[in-house]
Amino acid sequence: MAEWGGHMNLVAEPRGELLIVRALEDRIDAAGAIQFKDRMRLLVQHPAQRVLLDLSRVRFLDSSGLGAVVAVMKLMGPDRRLELAGLTPAVDKVFRLTRMDSVFTIHASLPDGLRDAG
Amino acid sequence: MRAEGTARITLPGDPLAVRDGLRQLFTMRALRHLTEDERGTAELVLAEALNNIVEHAYARAPGEIDLWLHLTGTGMLCRITDRGAPMPAGTLPPGLPPCIGKGADLPEGGFGWYLIRTLARDLDYRRIADRNELSFRLDVQQSAP
Repeated sequence: MAEWGGHMNLVAEPRGELLIVRALEDRIDAAGAIQFKDRMRLLVQHPAQRVLLDLSRVRFLDSSGLGAVVAVMKLMGPDRRLELAGLTPAVDKVFRLTRMDSVFTIHASLPDGLRDAG
Repeated sequence: MRAEGTARITLPGDPLAVRDGLRQLFTMRALRHLTEDERGTAELVLAEALNNIVEHAYARAPGEIDLWLHLTGTGMLCRITDRGAPMPAGTLPPGLPPCIGKGADLPEGGFGWYLIRTLARDLDYRRIADRNELSFRLDVQQSAP
């Protein structure tokens, strides 16, 4: 039970008008959805107009995780954008099946020049 | 040749136990040779069904969940049993496609049964004495190693 209520590893990096948030977790599921939302709520207080969420490390996302991503977009308000990048096949499938792929701008990978040098 | 096998686990009805139980399940011998796509589908459907039990059937009192999987040449049979509250009206939710509105109207939930109904076949729910029994089939075509 040590992980319960634990840390959700999200790392933010401002790039001009853009805030890149990297999800360094292998899953965003029912056990972590609240922590994800709470941590994102803090990170998106940065005034960037666009927030790009890099999901390339996330191997599994369930409907609670999807709901949390939607909730983050809503709490950013109508004038700012949450974009997604690097969806792995299982995560991409959840977005497609629920048609949430039509709601978000989804990049195949982080745009050139924004990739992690490591 | 396709591999046959059975996997069975019992887990406490809480979200972290579901996460750990799924992790344990997919390292079991019977399920180790699923393709990545098959594993993703199975993990998603099982997670949705298990989380539903945690959030609803065991909302008031905790309990255990029993998960039984049987892999055959034609697919994966799944049976999930709990001793929590019955489904409202004794039947499964319709799982209609979520209505995608705009902005503040976007749904943050209600996707679970839609995903289960989209990905699983022969979905069946029974209340037997004090137990809920949910069963379904997943189209996975496991090859023998």
